[in-house]
Amino acid sequence: MIEAAVVFAYLAIVLYMGIFAFRRHRGTGEDYFLASRSLGPIVFLFSLFGTNMTAFSILGSSGKTFQDGIGVYGLMASSSGLIIPLTLLFVGTRLWAVGKRFGHMTPVQIFRDRWEAGHIGTLIFVLQAALLVPYIVVGVMGGGKTLHALSSGQIPEAVGGGVVALVVMSYVFCGGMRGTAWVNTFQTILFLTFGVLAIVVIGNSLGGFSSTLNRMLEDEATAHLLSREHMNAYVFFSFMFIPLSAIAFPHICIFCLTAKKVESFKYTVILYPVCILAIWLPCVFLGMIAASDASIQDTVQAAGSSDHVMLLVLKQHAPRWLTGILGAAIMAAVMASDSQILALSTMFTEDIFAYYGGKKLFGEKVQVVTGRIFVIVVTAVAYVIAMTTHQQIFDIAIKYAFTGYAALAPLTIAAVFWKRGTKYGALASTLVVMGGLLLIAYLEAAYPETGSIPGLPLLTRTPGGVVFFRGLLPVVPLVLLSTLAMIIVSLLTPPPSRRTVERYFPSGVSS
Amino acid sequence: MKTWTLTLLAVVLFILHQDLWLWSSATPLILGSLPIGLFYHVCFSIASSLLMWALVKWAWPAHLEKPRNLEAERAQPERNS
Repeated sequence: MIEAAVVFAYLAIVLYMGIFAFRRHRGTGEDYFLASRSLGPIVFLFSLFGTNMTAFSILGSSGKTFQDGIGVYGLMASSSGLIIPLTLLFVGTRLWAVGKRFGHMTPVQIFRDRWEAGHIGTLIFVLQAALLVPYIVVGVMGGGKTLHALSSGQIPEAVGGGVVALVVMSYVFCGGMRGTAWVNTFQTILFLTFGVLAIVVIGNSLGGFSSTLNRMLEDEATAHLLSREHMNAYVFFSFMFIPLSAIAFPHICIFCLTAKKVESFKYTVILYPVCILAIWLPCVFLGMIAASDASIQDTVQAAGSSDHVMLLVLKQHAPRWLTGILGAAIMAAVMASDSQILALSTMFTEDIFAYYGGKKLFGEKVQVVTGRIFVIVVTAVAYVIAMTTHQQIFDIAIKYAFTGYAALAPLTIAAVFWKRGTKYGALASTLVVMGGLLLIAYLEAAYPETGSIPGLPLLTRTPGGVVFFRGLLPVVPLVLLSTLAMIIVSLLTPPPSRRTVERYFPSGVSS
Repeated sequence: MKTWTLTLLAVVLFILHQDLWLWSSATPLILGSLPIGLFYHVCFSIASSLLMWALVKWAWPAHLEKPRNLEAERAQPERNS
């Protein structure tokens, strides 16, 4: 129970952070939802990075490495280390600028203003919210499972999930964006520090990594995990498109609006790949090492899931206090649903409540109260769904979410870069993404067996889902089709008014 | 010229991510514990960071830093339908 006690201490600290942030609250919507656009470079770097570092990346990375080998680092980490900072540099800074200039607080507000679009913005809100909800649900599920595993089964998943949901809800409710940013900063520093320490301690416990790896090389069952010979190169290539989703995720986009100055982006852009390296390398490494351990292999086989491989390695090879601290850090990653809950609340209060007259009618204070009530409602609903639904359904939904948001990236890029983009182009692009996701979901449900899909010679059903051509994931054609829809329909429809274009692209200055 | 060089560097890095030539190799183990494919992508991450440094230095969107009349521009546009 030492591990669980350390995790509870961590939960108490983050709860206090939320309450402390509450004391700094200035009573305005901009302060609650965006921390008054005041984040400095260090908090901005760690909190933005922490926001993107979810259970999916921490637990999923070691679990996937355990199954598929070291290729997972290139698949998800080094691809993100190139694409995400590029989008932050070229798109994130521009989103920050238009947010600051025009007072926008959500991506839909930017789209509505930039393209003079009203209800089309509402449609984009619906799609963004639908793709975000599964993330929040999986966060609550992950919290329950992690606490259950850390306490060696003494804390039931329902209780663990409830505790996590309550803590996240409390500090988001009290601290808003400021509390969330501080918690994410704390979480990232914790993981960066103790992740490296864990590698050193586990290495000593194993008697050195070199002998373990040589043993793995000699064993036919594990040798392939040290190369990518079982990995499809087309799938590997497709994963270069997935990180495009980062800039289209509402919580990341909203985080871009919180920087005090545009210079805050500099550290983030430069250090993002290194932070990814510092977090992912230990995760991938531990997943790889775990595959050499027969007892972990048996546990994973019995559980039918490799998600908790990292916890198993820690429990076997690290002292209990370190397992507790790293368990808390893993917990923190699982709790990255905080910024998604806050984003959903910001979107609801700004894109629906305020847009349809609520702010004018009831005032800004009621808007903030509405946002806080929405945080409670979203968390409660997520908890109920998490406890009554099978996780597999939401894992699939998250897969669609990454694809969907990556395919929405052209919309965000066009908004800040392309003068000629129109609201109908945005609508066409959104409809292509919606239609594409529904088609993939239908095909995966209608053709559960692996093999080619009748009537669609370019599509194949694999155990992981539908793929295109020789293994390209649906994200590739969907990003291309969404871009084409944006370009073709925009060129065929009248552009926004000259006044709007000049506001966004002042003459002599590109956006 | 600078823009072209930086664009070219980004494209080259994008291509270098697809390291098909190391696909089936596990050895040598760098420092005795990093399979060559993993070591390559660790180096790739460091190269990405260096590229970002170069982009921040030479392709920074400095015009976004210019102070503007924020209050006037924040006037809410009319609701669109």
